[in-house]
Amino acid sequence: MGLALEGVRIALGSFVLEATLAVPPGARVAVMGPSGGGKSTLLAAIAGFQPLAAGRILWGGRDLAPLAPGARPLSILFQDQNLFPHLTLAENVGLGLDPRLRLGRAEKARVAAVLARTGLAGKEGRRPAALSGGEQGRAALARALLRARPLLLLDEAFAALGPALKAEMLALLAAILDEGGATLLMVTHDPADARALTPATIVVAGGRADPPRPTPALLADPPPALAAYHGRPAPAPPAAGAAGAARPPPPAARG
Amino acid sequence: MSPAARDGAGFRIAGAGAATAVAALVLLPLAAVLVAAGGAGAGPGPGDGAAAAFTLLQALASAALSVALAVPLARALARRRFPGRAALVTLLGAPVLLPSVVAVMALLAVFGRGGALNAALAALGLGPLRVYGPQGVILAHVFFNLPLATRLILEGWLAIPAERFRLAAALGFGPAEVGRHLERPLLATVLPGAGATIFLVCLSSFAVALILGGGPRATTLELAIYQAFRFDFDLGRAALLAAGQLVLCVLALVLVGSVALPAGFGAGLDRSVARHDAGGLLLRLQDGAVILAATAFLALPLAAVVAAGLPRLGALPPAVWAAAARSAILAVAAAGLAGTLALAIAAGRARGGGRWSEAAGVLPIALSPMVLGTGLFLLVFPLADPAALALPATAAVNALLALPFALRALAPAVAAAEAAHGRLATSLGITGGARLRLLLLPRVRRPLGFALGLAAAFAAGDLGVVVLFAGGATATLPLEMFRLMGAYRMEAASGAAVLLLLLAFGLFAAFDRGGRLGTRA
Repeated sequence: MGLALEGVRIALGSFVLEATLAVPPGARVAVMGPSGGGKSTLLAAIAGFQPLAAGRILWGGRDLAPLAPGARPLSILFQDQNLFPHLTLAENVGLGLDPRLRLGRAEKARVAAVLARTGLAGKEGRRPAALSGGEQGRAALARALLRARPLLLLDEAFAALGPALKAEMLALLAAILDEGGATLLMVTHDPADARALTPATIVVAGGRADPPRPTPALLADPPPALAAYHGRPAPAPPAAGAAGAARPPPPAARG
Repeated sequence: MSPAARDGAGFRIAGAGAATAVAALVLLPLAAVLVAAGGAGAGPGPGDGAAAAFTLLQALASAALSVALAVPLARALARRRFPGRAALVTLLGAPVLLPSVVAVMALLAVFGRGGALNAALAALGLGPLRVYGPQGVILAHVFFNLPLATRLILEGWLAIPAERFRLAAALGFGPAEVGRHLERPLLATVLPGAGATIFLVCLSSFAVALILGGGPRATTLELAIYQAFRFDFDLGRAALLAAGQLVLCVLALVLVGSVALPAGFGAGLDRSVARHDAGGLLLRLQDGAVILAATAFLALPLAAVVAAGLPRLGALPPAVWAAAARSAILAVAAAGLAGTLALAIAAGRARGGGRWSEAAGVLPIALSPMVLGTGLFLLVFPLADPAALALPATAAVNALLALPFALRALAPAVAAAEAAHGRLATSLGITGGARLRLLLLPRVRRPLGFALGLAAAFAAGDLGVVVLFAGGATATLPLEMFRLMGAYRMEAASGAAVLLLLLAFGLFAAFDRGGRLGTRA
């Protein structure tokens, strides 16, 4: 009873995206496909930013339609602008506890703890402009950690980071997921990300979002749209898989 | 309703509410004016046609003269670098805040019967120049609007890429060719807008006509409305004149189309373009003379009034101080009202509110203060003592008149804040008051401070609606100063002028600085 999309249809002018799929709770799923294929649109619909022309999106069997984006059981990290530039790091992260930012002593202690946990201790008073890209990414993850919603949506949140920073961010993400058991939907254009973190992958192409399939099998034998997008045969999987790669794909991912 | 549609509903309701309040405050007085005008016993008198004609002619002359004089000044500023240039460009932004009574007082200090100019002419054995009458009205309007025109034209001039001038130099263009190929096309696009803006401003100018005009040759419609009120207490005739003024303003606005409101003070005007065609000695002398003459024309009158008034500050009558306190409160109230309305309309619009709300916000631009004041008076008069409502009515009218400027400054900043960070705020459930506090206010502090400062300075310096309502105990500082001038107590009046200057510019600086202080990234 995780995430379920039933007969979902999104219409944006002439662009149409249809999706019927299920993601079991605790699963880690990549969302891949060509640019402009509708990956971000799919996440925007789940997050409540994109109205549906038809169908339902459910979490735990409950229709999300009546819920405003902030009230949905999920956190979303966008491609950019994940922090308010005029608020301090502590304030930005504290928004995960209370959107009105009225924090008592206990809440402030929790903010401090999560900042320490994400390696941001001592930078509470800084504004995002005074943080590196990696620190900004960790701050956004720290806020998601405090929100503690059961579903996490990442819309290429780390695409702008260099390879080393991105690996660091994915490792932190994996640790956070291991801790809380949240379900992950992660848009990425890098097969290595999918291999490292997400045992299952949803392909969004040709106006359709397919149900999740096991990532290794998908990358070994990609559908034509994905193969054309990646422009080369997928490289062999790395010998030592990062956290999560060793998990078997969840059962529903096979259907 | 989908969550996306419900999201931001509070802001849309607030925006629609603010826009409705503005529309009501504009349209109800207009309706009252039109009803009363329709019920007026007599038609327009013979003097009224002359007033309408003078209103149009003086506005045309003021606009044409301001623009014509601004062209050489803007050209000189665009192609010359000299010490004090930045200060001069800043000074050009000041008349927007300058209370009109103070400006008139300043002009009288130089051009008046006992002014410096006539003293010099008398020493040469020449007869005195008269500043009262049509020429005085136009002189004051040029004094006010030459700087505005210069800034609008300078903006256009500096928008010509430096590469264009480099190319002109490479092709061996002299000043004549540069004029033909670069400057004249530019002026053709900039001058109509600048002229039209000034024409509209002068169409409903009141304080200048009140002090320097009058009589059969120099009465504007705004002044005629006031006289029908004050001298004849003929509300029907006042309404009839107000209807005429309204028709004039709306027609002019329709003809003119868009109006160029200044969005800031000379931002980006602090550079000059390297020019290769203007190195000749004659041109340099010409530009230098233009800059000197313009500076003298703008700065000397103000310097004269400040020099005369500063020593009198300590000996001002208590009534002046009381009036200054009333004006300060009035200004803060008007600024708060204008800022709240503008913020509500801009935020509602940015969260998907209807376009009509923004249109309602700029509705006041078609209004003249006397028309609005007459309408409010007609609405209030049967219900309450107008003198008791003088200050609230003045605050409301000033807030309305400042609203288009405030919206112009705020709406783009609010829209940009929502575009950049709105989705993040929504995804975190930041709505309502928290969104205002955590997203909008921090992002729009600077334009909000500017808008509040502008509205406060307008309201503090305004000598308009208050003259229709005010009794003895509710005079504002500009009105008190006008009364001192009318009683020929010029020394006290110049002291009050300095106080008013300090109040208007001080309020602007305080709000504007408040918006910048501790500005976050």
